[in-house]
Amino acid sequence: MITATQQLESYLESFSEFEKLAAGHNLPWLRKLRREAFARFCEVGFPTTHDEDWRFTNVSAIAQTAFRLTRNRCVRLSQQELEPYRVPGVACQLVFVNGHFARELSLLSNLPPGVKVNSLAGEISDNPGAIEPHLGRYLEIRRDAFCALNTAFVEDGAYVHIPRGTLVEEPIYLLFVSTADDAPSMSHPRNLIVAEEDSQATFVEDYVSLDGGTVFCNTVTELVAGDHTVLSHYMIEREHKQALNISTLRIQQGRSTNVVSHSVLLGGALVRNNVHPVLAGEGGECLINGLFIGNGGQHLDNYMLVEHASQRCGSRQFYNGILDGHAHGVFHGRIIVHKDAQKTDAKQTNRNLLLSDDAQIDTKPQLEIYADDVKCTHGATIGQIEGDALFYLRSRGIDEVSARKLLLFAFASECFDRMKQGPVRKHVEGLINQCLFQLAKAPDAAGGTYRENTGRKWEEIG
Amino acid sequence: MSLLEIKNLHVKVDNHEILKGIDLRVNAGEVHSIMGPNGSGKSTLAQVLARRETYAVSAGEVSYNGKDLLAMKPEEAACEGIFIAFQYPVEIPGISNAYFLRSALNAIRKYRGLDEIDAMDFLPLFREKLKLLDMDEKLMNRSVNEGFSGGEKKRNEILQMAVLEPKLAILDETDSGLDIDALRIVAQGVNAMRSPERAMVVVTHYQRLLNYIVPDFVHVLVDGRIVRSGGPALALELEEKGYGSMEADARQATPA
Repeated sequence: MITATQQLESYLESFSEFEKLAAGHNLPWLRKLRREAFARFCEVGFPTTHDEDWRFTNVSAIAQTAFRLTRNRCVRLSQQELEPYRVPGVACQLVFVNGHFARELSLLSNLPPGVKVNSLAGEISDNPGAIEPHLGRYLEIRRDAFCALNTAFVEDGAYVHIPRGTLVEEPIYLLFVSTADDAPSMSHPRNLIVAEEDSQATFVEDYVSLDGGTVFCNTVTELVAGDHTVLSHYMIEREHKQALNISTLRIQQGRSTNVVSHSVLLGGALVRNNVHPVLAGEGGECLINGLFIGNGGQHLDNYMLVEHASQRCGSRQFYNGILDGHAHGVFHGRIIVHKDAQKTDAKQTNRNLLLSDDAQIDTKPQLEIYADDVKCTHGATIGQIEGDALFYLRSRGIDEVSARKLLLFAFASECFDRMKQGPVRKHVEGLINQCLFQLAKAPDAAGGTYRENTGRKWEEIG
Repeated sequence: MSLLEIKNLHVKVDNHEILKGIDLRVNAGEVHSIMGPNGSGKSTLAQVLARRETYAVSAGEVSYNGKDLLAMKPEEAACEGIFIAFQYPVEIPGISNAYFLRSALNAIRKYRGLDEIDAMDFLPLFREKLKLLDMDEKLMNRSVNEGFSGGEKKRNEILQMAVLEPKLAILDETDSGLDIDALRIVAQGVNAMRSPERAMVVVTHYQRLLNYIVPDFVHVLVDGRIVRSGGPALALELEEKGYGSMEADARQATPA
């Protein structure tokens, strides 16, 4: 536990040290970007539950720990240790250890010509001209302290550039591994993905951890979708159950773009995933598809802000949550329809399954509509495993544990049915399957009291 | 030994007694029909035999194949060979009919020490039974009962019965909501399953179904008790006279 002053001093120390040696420290624009961001962080400090956007999420586990940047920059992981995390059928797999690119562990051979996938630090050093027009131009550091902090410590992560008209068939895979240090450590991976006009690609961010330890990963991805692009993005969070993970995906969509963003939250003690697409060009479409599964004392917070800044754009948010034990889930779905965004078509649905008396969900839609010709709907449901469905399966010979697992899987499948068939979907299905298998076991093992719905159907709220 | 023996069964729901002492004996190879007015306890009896836990047995015994049925969980009863065709089959979005049925079959096979059957081997068996019930294979890739009409749901129940091959099949008002054509198909499916090793209990309100599935024995359930038993002719008598006469007799027979 540290005081606010001690915390500030600690970050100041980290920043001063970092600033001098980080990649691009000699670039005036980057120095300015970092300093302004750090100043902003000092100004606002970490959010508290008095902040509207953080009402349901207490970040004291982060705020009251003196995190330092990983001292051990050159953690050497073996190929063997990473074996379980390799995914077949990908165009490339970049590995980042505690936020730093590990070239020797990465696989870069299958990329189509012209497509650039590099470490951000590498690109800053070799080709800053490519980065400057985009880095930090979309992310709003005034959003929250985490965005500001990430920008202050921006150095490494992935830089991806898809040239005009290019179709990348296989997914571009980014694996972020955190390892334990001798003291609480933080990393601020920053990804910049620029897809030029008329290109198509799939990007995956997968967050895992080896060993335990107090780790805080604060990640930001800026995804720039040029006109007529068709892009898919996956965010998979499956770190160990003490990990702290804050992530922000800021999407900038041009005309007639089609962007699908999937977020799958399975691990972590305190996880907050922010998805912020801005439909800046006419006729853009955005689908945000999320699944969060919480157990024990996990806290999984999903915050989205969909901005309709142009006409005739469509957006869909579909989030499914499964909560057991005394886990706490949050869904905060904001939609802003700006004044000139006529013919907006926006829809938001959040469905939640509570498996124990102590599991909790807070679900909050927030619609701010400033145009007058729009279609905007939202809905949320909270329910339990259907007693009738469970009995039906058991009456056909399926044992209770398997039956519960089948029903949980059916609920989760609403989410991955929105994922395109392929290696990533297969990978995600496997992870979810594993996760649900744990949940479906005997009720007491999950740590909460099981409640069966003896006839009450889904509760519709709003 | 009878396949199913019910002795003095009393069942309560929310402290309200629904079954007030049922005695029934069913042997393998027999088809019994249980008829009665609404509220008589027909469905309660079916659900208790299927081991629905919301029904509290306050007295009595039920033995199935020499074992204590009331001590069994629903999945055990199913694996031991009991099947209930529900009156209101539930929809389960997210699980396909085909996957569900194969999982059920494998659960039962595993219980009996048999190998599991894979999707490829399951297909011909499945198709044979689909044909029997005049059901479109496309329906099988849809989620369990999702978007099915009443008739399709009932046929799906009999389809499951045909695949799982139970020893004791309980049909809970399988005819309700069916038009004449659907009724014929369902009855055809049920009749195709009649065998010396199998027993059936057909729970119904109307006599009409029994024209197609002719029972060996008919029992009349009124106000939680079996007030009369007889052969198939009893069903015709009920059709003619209605339940009213039976209800009056029952009231006279039982002390206030």
